[in-house]
Amino acid sequence: MVSALAVTGGRVVTPEGMVAGGVLVRDGRITALGGFEIPADAEWIDAQGKLIAPGLIDVGVFAIDRPAFVAGGITRAVLMPDGSQPIETVALIQHAAAAGKPKVWVHPLAAATRGLNGHELAEIGLMQAGGACGVATGRRWIADSGVMYRLLAYAGALGLRTVVHAEDAGLAGHAVMTDGETATRLGLASAPAEAEALAVARDLLLVEATGAPLHFRQVTTARALDLIRAAKHRGLPVSCGITPAHLFLADSAATGFRTFAHLSPPLRDESDRQACLAAIADGTIDLICSGHDPQGPEAKRLPFADSEPGMAGAETLLALSLTLVRDGMIGLDRLFDLLAGAPARLFGLPGGRLAVGEEADLLIVNTDAPWRIESDNMAAAAGNTPFDGLPVQGRVGQTIKGGVLVR
Amino acid sequence: MPSSPTRPVDGREVHPFPHRHLTGIAGLQPHEIAFLLDEAEQWVQLNRGTAKHDDRLAGLTLINAFFENSTRTLLSFEIAGKRLGADVVNMAVAASSVKKGETLIDTAVTLNAMRADMIVIRHEASGAVQLIADKVDCPVLNAGDGRHEHPTQALLDALTIRRRKGRIDGLIVAICGDVLHSRVARSNILSLTALGAEVRVVGPPTLLPPAIERMGVSRFTDFDAGLDGADVVMMLRLQRERMAGGFVPSPREYHALYGLTYERLAKAAPDALVMHPGPMNRGVEIASAVADDLERSAITEQVEMGVAVRMACLDVLTRARRGVAGW
Repeated sequence: MVSALAVTGGRVVTPEGMVAGGVLVRDGRITALGGFEIPADAEWIDAQGKLIAPGLIDVGVFAIDRPAFVAGGITRAVLMPDGSQPIETVALIQHAAAAGKPKVWVHPLAAATRGLNGHELAEIGLMQAGGACGVATGRRWIADSGVMYRLLAYAGALGLRTVVHAEDAGLAGHAVMTDGETATRLGLASAPAEAEALAVARDLLLVEATGAPLHFRQVTTARALDLIRAAKHRGLPVSCGITPAHLFLADSAATGFRTFAHLSPPLRDESDRQACLAAIADGTIDLICSGHDPQGPEAKRLPFADSEPGMAGAETLLALSLTLVRDGMIGLDRLFDLLAGAPARLFGLPGGRLAVGEEADLLIVNTDAPWRIESDNMAAAAGNTPFDGLPVQGRVGQTIKGGVLVR
Repeated sequence: MPSSPTRPVDGREVHPFPHRHLTGIAGLQPHEIAFLLDEAEQWVQLNRGTAKHDDRLAGLTLINAFFENSTRTLLSFEIAGKRLGADVVNMAVAASSVKKGETLIDTAVTLNAMRADMIVIRHEASGAVQLIADKVDCPVLNAGDGRHEHPTQALLDALTIRRRKGRIDGLIVAICGDVLHSRVARSNILSLTALGAEVRVVGPPTLLPPAIERMGVSRFTDFDAGLDGADVVMMLRLQRERMAGGFVPSPREYHALYGLTYERLAKAAPDALVMHPGPMNRGVEIASAVADDLERSAITEQVEMGVAVRMACLDVLTRARRGVAGW
């Protein structure tokens, strides 16, 4: 086995900015950046002017879908605990953590409550010892504020970040859309966008009371982002993510009862979408995630309200996110902080940035390569993408995980 | 019969109804809606005669697939099909036994394999009829899907109004009650605004859909203000389960605030027409005296127009497969 790998002739994305040259890897770690002598024993890859970037870390996926992760340049995935069996035991944590290796490392989140029922605390401490990188409330919001308060205090004391779904369950009810013209024309049950801010407001107060770190898996409305922006100014340990769907699509994408656009939280109106873009630009949003949740026809070829929410997002995450750079909204260094650096920092994971001494999880990306997102032609376990048919640019060429070429 | 069915519209020759299915009023041009109403007139005449029969659909199979309970609409479609000579089969599926989707698609494929020539569908889920229409070879007619659309109800309402008032353009129509959960309201808003009426929706704020103004209507929560000067007062049925405090406090309070009585009706135009899609909750959304007033109420006429409009739809939608010239 070759222990050294030299990638040269590219543009390296580092936390300090772009560096011309390459990356030298030995024994799975980065030993040099930029220009360096290629050791005689090293395997050599010429990047041919392409981008050399950190492997993506995708926070909050619902399935271990290795082909989709590899296709999307995702080298680490933070797994939600909502399997067919909730991840609430050490054995399940360990099983999940091993499931993607060697190509993708899965970092499971522990179920916050037993059976994700929102009532009794799960064995969070034991699961942490077994490898959980945080805890999560699952697809649902914990309605009982007392439970949420105790959960945050308990997880916070263990140094674990709690990942939450921000939608007030009472206001959201059985809604499958956000209140607005599209929901009304389609005759679909909808809820006010304020359902999100209401949930965020409560959880921020509980963070203030406990001092525990909290991550809103997806924040999609102007009101909720305003609350988080203000909380960050006050120094609260809160973070939030978003998917490309909520950055690039509004609720009108569901026109014609397109169940691939049935998401949770639901797509919002255009003004909220613009507020999300602004929150990317001003740093309020910490990370972009795929929300990867492959759902086959048995879950999607149904009347809209009966279909399961969710999208297969892993392999489109990078190409869609690159749009933000192409539109001049953010630079490449910030983009890869959203896709890799921040996730690593927030969940205490290795990798996430290209620096000497760091784990060698890296991608060679052709940022200009044009391709078309096609639902019928995806690596994912199912093709439920709301971006079906969209032409995009940017494709992962090679993926190196722990110094080994995996794609 | 002319070889081409095209009709002049704004100086252009256009096909009168270039659609394979009737899944909703959305997507129909005003002249296409008017064409269906014109077609229905002949069936009003036929239905008032003694020999209520025409055999243009002889040999064709019409399946009425009702996934949600219905008596009146099912009966209306059955009579419409039989009067045109079709072989009519009713498939009543309890909503509880067939509900989930793959079964819905499977049902569609099954009906298709039986070589139906026309399928009429009612389903409790918005969008379910479109889902089936995408999977079958024959024309599909929406008899109501969730809260989404009920196009033949809107057509029969438009025909009733046109016959009673002589026009639709310029009339003020107040649609009153549980607009939120009503497919009748949505289809009527689309059809009446397309035909030039000024449409108002009137009801308690808990029963008006969000952003309803974006459908080109004005919104009233005060019943008297909403009725002021209206030429047509269209009442909607309030489901029993919604009167128990979830959306309105009680049937009694609903009647007091939003029930149509003679006193209330006096706010509308002196010759205002009263309509209701049925079945009515007498004493809740409408007082019996108003409902039964032959001068003011068009409720039984709506039922009559329903058969005629459905005959027109069945005829028009099957013209292509019957080989009618130009279709």
